[in-house]
Amino acid sequence: MIQQERMSVVRQEQIAKNIYEIVLQGKIVQDANPGQFVHVRVSDSYEPLLRRPISIANINKEANEFTLIYRAEGRGTEILSQKQIGDEVNVLGPLGNGFPVDAVPEKGVALLVGGGIGVPPLYELSKQLNKLGVRTIHVFGFATEDVTFYEDKFSSLGETHYVTVDGSFGSKGFVTDLLEELSPEFDTFYACGPLPMLRALEGFYPNKKGYLSFEERMGCGIGACFACVCKTTDKVEKDYVKVCYDGPVFEKGVVKL
Amino acid sequence: MSNISIQLPGLDLKNPIMPASGCFGFGKEFARLYDLSKLGAIMIKATTVEPRFGNPTPRVAETPAGMLNAIGLQNPGLEKVMSEELPWLERFDVPIIANVAGSLLEDYVDVARRISTASNVKALELNISCPNVKHGGITFGTDPVIARQLVEAVKAVSKVPVYVKLSPNVTNIVEIAQAVEIAGADGITMINTLIGMRLDERTGKPVIANGTGGLSGPAVKPVALRMVYEVYKAVEIPIIGMGGVTCAQDVIDFMSAGASAVAVGTANFVDPFVCPTIIDELPKKLDELGVKSIKSIIGRSHR
Repeated sequence: MIQQERMSVVRQEQIAKNIYEIVLQGKIVQDANPGQFVHVRVSDSYEPLLRRPISIANINKEANEFTLIYRAEGRGTEILSQKQIGDEVNVLGPLGNGFPVDAVPEKGVALLVGGGIGVPPLYELSKQLNKLGVRTIHVFGFATEDVTFYEDKFSSLGETHYVTVDGSFGSKGFVTDLLEELSPEFDTFYACGPLPMLRALEGFYPNKKGYLSFEERMGCGIGACFACVCKTTDKVEKDYVKVCYDGPVFEKGVVKL
Repeated sequence: MSNISIQLPGLDLKNPIMPASGCFGFGKEFARLYDLSKLGAIMIKATTVEPRFGNPTPRVAETPAGMLNAIGLQNPGLEKVMSEELPWLERFDVPIIANVAGSLLEDYVDVARRISTASNVKALELNISCPNVKHGGITFGTDPVIARQLVEAVKAVSKVPVYVKLSPNVTNIVEIAQAVEIAGADGITMINTLIGMRLDERTGKPVIANGTGGLSGPAVKPVALRMVYEVYKAVEIPIIGMGGVTCAQDVIDFMSAGASAVAVGTANFVDPFVCPTIIDELPKKLDELGVKSIKSIIGRSHR
């Protein structure tokens, strides 16, 4: 169920250059699933006006807490990055459809591919897959070393590879270069990151089951404003999908890339 | 508690609050959050004869205390609105105001003729002010002669009262308001968005794929209020005011300037519960002002 709630800030920390990790506490946590997002109002006034959609990186239902990882790069996220422990943040969510964790066969292998700020939702996904006995392989690309994060956390869950555009951390190049080199064996892939990366993955693994999480500029976050629509392929009946409502995770082949 | 019911041509409103067209879809998304019967009315998303996909993305951009949009009248088309969207809305006790759009005069007439027969459509809102489509929309709303012809043609076929949504992107909005009144419009809704632009800081190019977009949100409220104030003085037909409404005080402001009811637009995107919140707040605000019936504040700025 979608709720609007004033969640309290339990912790906030800068974990890489301009990358922040904020832990929020509230009832919304109980309904959250990996790959879903929340729509965050960073101010109680109407300036800045719109909410910020941020994916859920880690869910702790026992403590009623979840973690959001975001890049402070505009007015809204900069204000969010200044929130202190005990502050309240108006959150709408959980929103959208997340990653299906049951899309990997028993004792199977999942390949998780992420690019930059698309990596965070894959953390909760990896945790839940591992809990189900799925082996996870993580292949993540970043621009430079100073914006990388969570390498230790992902490594503790499974085989983990990092690649940076300038080669400052891990290998040099894009995730697709690394995937070509590794040619991993797996059953299902899950990905979140920039469009060119998602497009390349669909081409790489035409015969594998895959789920892609999309990012698009949003207005309302609940499907009403038609800001985040994407055209679909001929394979689906609908002419378009809304990233906020029908996604952000789609099975590969649904969204026209 | 103050009485907040309002009667307008075709519309028996429990309260004067309604979501504005384009900010509420066809209600489904908000029905998951609250009972739509609470609303005074619903202005549904613009309907055209054929389905439309709308403009390329990005379609929205935030601006100081506001936002730009260029959705491009995306809608499932008249057939589907008649067979699916409107019947679905019948479960709620709420009058529907159907926003009608098109490229040619004939399109408006075709949509109006059909959609005005739906049992829950109690009024039409002619969209002669959409700034984001190449044909139709605003081109009908910036010339008083063309606006008059369109309203006359639609009035001739509509089974329900016809309201006309005015564009603020004109030199003299009063002239357009008077033209549609002469043409037989039953009411005016105003304002649509103001044409604006935002540039990408790095490239210097417009953020919105369409180049320009319509500005809405609290930033436009002073403009909207001034225009309602001016039009109220010049016409006899009722006005449904809108532009940057976020709270009960904004509703009182618009009604004081001359609106008989008020639509809430962009604020629905920020706080999806904003309409029911305003509806609950409004009687309290009026009590504070010592107002017994909301009707008594309509146009009080002019007295």
